[in-house]
Amino acid sequence: MSARAHDIILDVQHLTMRFGGLVAINDLSFQAKRGSITAIIGPNGAGKTTVFNCITGFYQPTEGMLELRHAEGRKFLLERMQDFKIAARARVTRTFQNIRLFAGMTALENLLVAQHNHLMKASGFTLLGLAGWPGFRSAERQSLERARFWLDRVGLLARADDPAGALAYGQQRRLEIARAMCADPVLLCLDEPAAGLNPREAVELNKFLRAIRDETKTSILLIEHHMRVVMEISDHVVVLDYGQKIAEGSPAEVRGDPKVIAAYLGVETQEVA
Amino acid sequence: MQPAARASRFDIGGAIKDALVATMVAFGLFSLMLGLLTAPGPSGKLEVSARPQLLAASLAVVFAGRFFVSLFARNSRFTKLGQIVPPDARNALKKLERFAAPALLLFALAVPVLFFSNRYLLDLGILVLTYTMLGWGLNIVVGLAGLLDLGYVAFYAVGAYSYALLAKEFELSFWVCLPLAGILASFWGILLGFPVLRLRGDYLAIVTLAFGEIIRIVIVNWQSFTGGPNGISGIPRPSFFGIPFNNEPEGFAALFHLEFTPTHRVVFLYYVILTLALVTCAVTIRLRQLPIGRAWEALREDEIACRSLGINTTNTKLTAFATGAMFAGFAGSFFATRQGFISPESFVFMESALVLAIVVLGGMGSQLGVAVAATAMIGGFELFRNFEQFRMLVFGAAMVGIMVWRPRGLVATRTPSVFLEEKKTIPAAIVEEARQ
Repeated sequence: MSARAHDIILDVQHLTMRFGGLVAINDLSFQAKRGSITAIIGPNGAGKTTVFNCITGFYQPTEGMLELRHAEGRKFLLERMQDFKIAARARVTRTFQNIRLFAGMTALENLLVAQHNHLMKASGFTLLGLAGWPGFRSAERQSLERARFWLDRVGLLARADDPAGALAYGQQRRLEIARAMCADPVLLCLDEPAAGLNPREAVELNKFLRAIRDETKTSILLIEHHMRVVMEISDHVVVLDYGQKIAEGSPAEVRGDPKVIAAYLGVETQEVA
Repeated sequence: MQPAARASRFDIGGAIKDALVATMVAFGLFSLMLGLLTAPGPSGKLEVSARPQLLAASLAVVFAGRFFVSLFARNSRFTKLGQIVPPDARNALKKLERFAAPALLLFALAVPVLFFSNRYLLDLGILVLTYTMLGWGLNIVVGLAGLLDLGYVAFYAVGAYSYALLAKEFELSFWVCLPLAGILASFWGILLGFPVLRLRGDYLAIVTLAFGEIIRIVIVNWQSFTGGPNGISGIPRPSFFGIPFNNEPEGFAALFHLEFTPTHRVVFLYYVILTLALVTCAVTIRLRQLPIGRAWEALREDEIACRSLGINTTNTKLTAFATGAMFAGFAGSFFATRQGFISPESFVFMESALVLAIVVLGGMGSQLGVAVAATAMIGGFELFRNFEQFRMLVFGAAMVGIMVWRPRGLVATRTPSVFLEEKKTIPAAIVEEARQ
């Protein structure tokens, strides 16, 4: 049992989120395995992004427990932490459905901002940095190297000095993922990373996400509409509808589930029951 | 050629319609303001008299002005006037731009030498540099961190009163008081920041405006401590690192075997404020390349994304506020020592607005732009000193003009803080402004 518990990176238990009378998520429980890609799917308005906002601290859940476990055994109760502390300490980073890059800053600067906390410490909270402390210089060089590495991985090295706002849509999506990875997460939450990508870009994204999982051992939590992406790369799929979990399992299992088909295709109720 | 020719034809009918609408609006405004005059009559009673000629004349001016504006503004041949400048000339201008900052700096250094005998110009130079320093300080808060601060003058006041009280009561020297005034001002910056930084954009602007007024009103009413509306006089004048500027045997002039003149002190003050301003500029430029500066700019661009990357936005905003306030404190204590007398009248909202106007005019986030804007604004004010009545009119027209031609300020590009291959400037259109 303990070995199994160690394999779990995120344990969501009885998560409920109410906005006034509206129940966005109702008693949702699921687990995400370490080093795997877990997808949350569901029709529009099913509450997927709300789950993300709860996990990353942008919303405070009405009820429930969100436990994040690091590989070395440290545990974090995310529902009690502020959003920026979740990113800094629990090391959960995210991307956004409507891309939120620092548009007026260059791609390179975007990736350096992601390494802010590390660089802040290295610069002695600015004081040593102002004095030109050599330790800070080397830390900055390392951060630049890290940024260069991720820019290369998303194929944007040639655009490093261009403002993020001037990049094409698909490039912006990739840059946002690179930025989230630069913050050195254990769990990467991607909110519709394939939205608006053309088929070729979607295939590349699949490759890239698999590479992140296999090379950096970062676990990925994914919201996606593109069934092709979901079915190809996820290890585990959770299906939401009206804030409730209606199915869970491997992509193949979920695909065959009549409830899932009903939720997506809108079959009349008596047929499902 | 045909479509282009059609586009550039004059649309007289449209222009007349446009001008008529403008004239009607002007009539609504002017009919009471210009058309009627109340003046004491022969018996001393207020009497209303009509001024139809003046009203008609001003309406005619509005009609003609609007007619020509809409006639030419709609004409593509004239709207593209800016692009008529040949590319060669534009490239040459760009090259000149690179030398603008060093040239300005050299000029600033040389001013006391060039104009030693012109006391008025030296005083004006000191004033311009004070506002440049304030602009650079506010630039950290507004231009970099994107927090709209309308009460910046409060920190200027804190700095000035800190220096005045410390120097008078404890007889501390200027160089001891200067850092203390800066620390006190930034302390007040943090104190203001804590409750306020949850607010965004316009709400933040209103609260900072109120804070500026609170500080001023406290100063006016706390008579036992600040002297109230009478202010504080007899603030110790600066000395040359302990050597006073007077006509005594141990004075500055005698020690350096110079003929005594009061200008020595003015020149010294000029170099003090120049140094302070340059320190402000250098620190800002350096901070921009440090993680904290990048976090400020990221905060201006997107606060939520900052939080998702683990940046403590509250602390980041507070440091921006405190740093900006510190430089205002420095400038304030310089102001106090230069004047020798301070009163709440020097710290009214108009000062905050002026400094903010300098930052906006210069281009938010641009050091050179702020310096040029401060020179233009303060120098411009002085130019129109003889035409007191028209000062505000010209000032307003100039602001409108700048906002039409250069809506993002004089220097409307952002320079990246770091680069891999090549430093490319970023057009202002995609850079976020202070209005989160």
